[in-house]
Amino acid sequence: MSDRTHFISIWFFIGAMLLTYGVLIFGAGIYELYSPPAQPVVLAKLHAGIWWGALLSLLGALYIHRFRPKHGPSVKPDRR
Amino acid sequence: MVNSLFQHPVLLQATPSRLLSLSPVDLIIIVIYFGLVLGIGFYLKRYAKTSEDFFMAGREMTAWIAGLSFLAANLGSLELMGWAAAAYQYGILATHWYWIGAIPAMLFLGVVMMPFYYICKTHSVPGYLHLRYGESARALSAISFGFMTVLMSGINMYSMALVLKVVLGWDINFSIWVSSLTVAVYVALGGLLSAIFNEVLQFILIWAGALLIPILGLIETGGWDGMVARIQKNLPGGDYTHLWRTMGSFTDNPMGIHWTGIVFGLGWVISFGYWTTDFLVVQRVLSARDLRSAKLAPIIGSAFKMMVPFIVILPGLLALAVLPMKLVGEGEAVATGAHSYNEVLPLMLARYCGPGLLGLGITALIAGFMSGMAGNVSAFATVWTYDIYRPLLKRRQPRDEHLVKVGRWCTILGVLVSIGTAYLVMQFKSIMDYVQALFSFFIAPLFGTVLLGMLFRRITPAGGFWGLLAGTVSSIGMWAWVKVDKGALAYIALSSNAKDMAENMYRGLWSWVVCVVVTVVVSLLTRPKPDKELAGLVYGLTEVPSEGHLPLWKRPIFWAAVVATVFFILNIIFW
Repeated sequence: MSDRTHFISIWFFIGAMLLTYGVLIFGAGIYELYSPPAQPVVLAKLHAGIWWGALLSLLGALYIHRFRPKHGPSVKPDRR
Repeated sequence: MVNSLFQHPVLLQATPSRLLSLSPVDLIIIVIYFGLVLGIGFYLKRYAKTSEDFFMAGREMTAWIAGLSFLAANLGSLELMGWAAAAYQYGILATHWYWIGAIPAMLFLGVVMMPFYYICKTHSVPGYLHLRYGESARALSAISFGFMTVLMSGINMYSMALVLKVVLGWDINFSIWVSSLTVAVYVALGGLLSAIFNEVLQFILIWAGALLIPILGLIETGGWDGMVARIQKNLPGGDYTHLWRTMGSFTDNPMGIHWTGIVFGLGWVISFGYWTTDFLVVQRVLSARDLRSAKLAPIIGSAFKMMVPFIVILPGLLALAVLPMKLVGEGEAVATGAHSYNEVLPLMLARYCGPGLLGLGITALIAGFMSGMAGNVSAFATVWTYDIYRPLLKRRQPRDEHLVKVGRWCTILGVLVSIGTAYLVMQFKSIMDYVQALFSFFIAPLFGTVLLGMLFRRITPAGGFWGLLAGTVSSIGMWAWVKVDKGALAYIALSSNAKDMAENMYRGLWSWVVCVVVTVVVSLLTRPKPDKELAGLVYGLTEVPSEGHLPLWKRPIFWAAVVATVFFILNIIFW
């Protein structure tokens, strides 16, 4: 078995992905708020990009915090 | 900067031949995704040094990770788009492939079959056949699985590239090479561990990208009742929202299928064959860190599988309610320029998703494709290395590093053969029908062989091999019979009105029956293996650790009962 000290959890990667995408989608939603497109999507008034982006960012931040890599050697690999 | 990042650019405006156009933020989201999956592959390379690491992910996965990757390996983008299209065409009947066509089989795998797979420490399903029946059964199963897996992978690759061309206007060659080489790199680097990690990530991404469509769709229609009312107004006389009511006769439903075909063909043989013996999905569960996790993993997968219709079937139904145009079959779409059923998911994405969200949705589709392909190539590499290459070496036991090296090369080889198949299909499109039919030939009989082998010690190696061979040959024979004589449909599918799907269900059922009968008869005429050689492989000779000391909520059987109860309730609600 390979040495797996400092193993980064998959949930950390997922958190990073959700946070990055959330920020980008939130930013795109804010931009659309101030500069509406010529042909808006159906239900554009709900500004789905803003709240969906915010939700993904929040989830991503929580996962990053919860599963951030710990310093120092761990006895068991973290594969939660 | 912000202006240029989030606006719809002139350069990326849709041409008449493409369905959607992407903004720079959408493209950034797609590029980040490719960077992330490759990064995970490079990161995990250091943890995939031994063959146990590379092929079985060190057998250290938790139940959640094994369960989600078990499901994600099956949740390809073609599955998402194909079943959304089927929901538009056939209504809620398509849900049968997610509920009765999956849940009972997944629970059966977790509760009944997993202890045998796990305790015997096999590396693969053909490996189990080797231990139970000997080399002949293993060789037949391994060669057919390896061959079919890469061919199917190539067909899916081509289909996905075609989708990206229609939806985004991307060049087919570009889509094939970029996506498949990305999969080749991250699986070759990190093996099953990398495939599993990326599958879990892709699973989350699919939900994040696809969940908004049903939510916004239900808001637009005013909820489920509003959607049903709109469908009835748009399509008077048709029943698109009941699961079982129209199954009494072949002619009462658009699928042309009877409830017996759904229950016994799909719900029993096809579903159990796929979910319990297809190594593509079973491999994920074998990577679990202990028996309890291995039993829980399919149960967790089944709970999520039950929810998938929310992001696949519901968008198809919502499209029936809200889309202003009528979608048509692929042939008619090509002839008239109308949109086809297969475009229903991208059309719904375009309806509700602006910049950013659209990129996320498209990334979800690409992620689906890559998770399915990674599943195929990692399973192919394992079966090739353990069940075809290693037995060829006979007595010379290869070094562990050598097996890892072979596994890495097999991964690359599998991807290259898949790419070759994709180009072959591009030239000769009828191959697609033949290969998909070929794949179905092996599934139903294999289930008979594995199930009998696990449950009855009296089943002999000769019985197992001849039963598997007879079942497969009979399936091919029935398929060829209908090809040359359409009248045969009335015998095989019990009705001349039966459609392709119904024919597949019944062909699977009969080939399974042939396999079981031949296996039993030959076993009764031949000598079984001594009991000591069957320890850990067969019911009654395998000591399954008791879970009696665990609290109820930690026992797999408890959660299987919970999922089964929800399954029954859902079927009654949507009856």
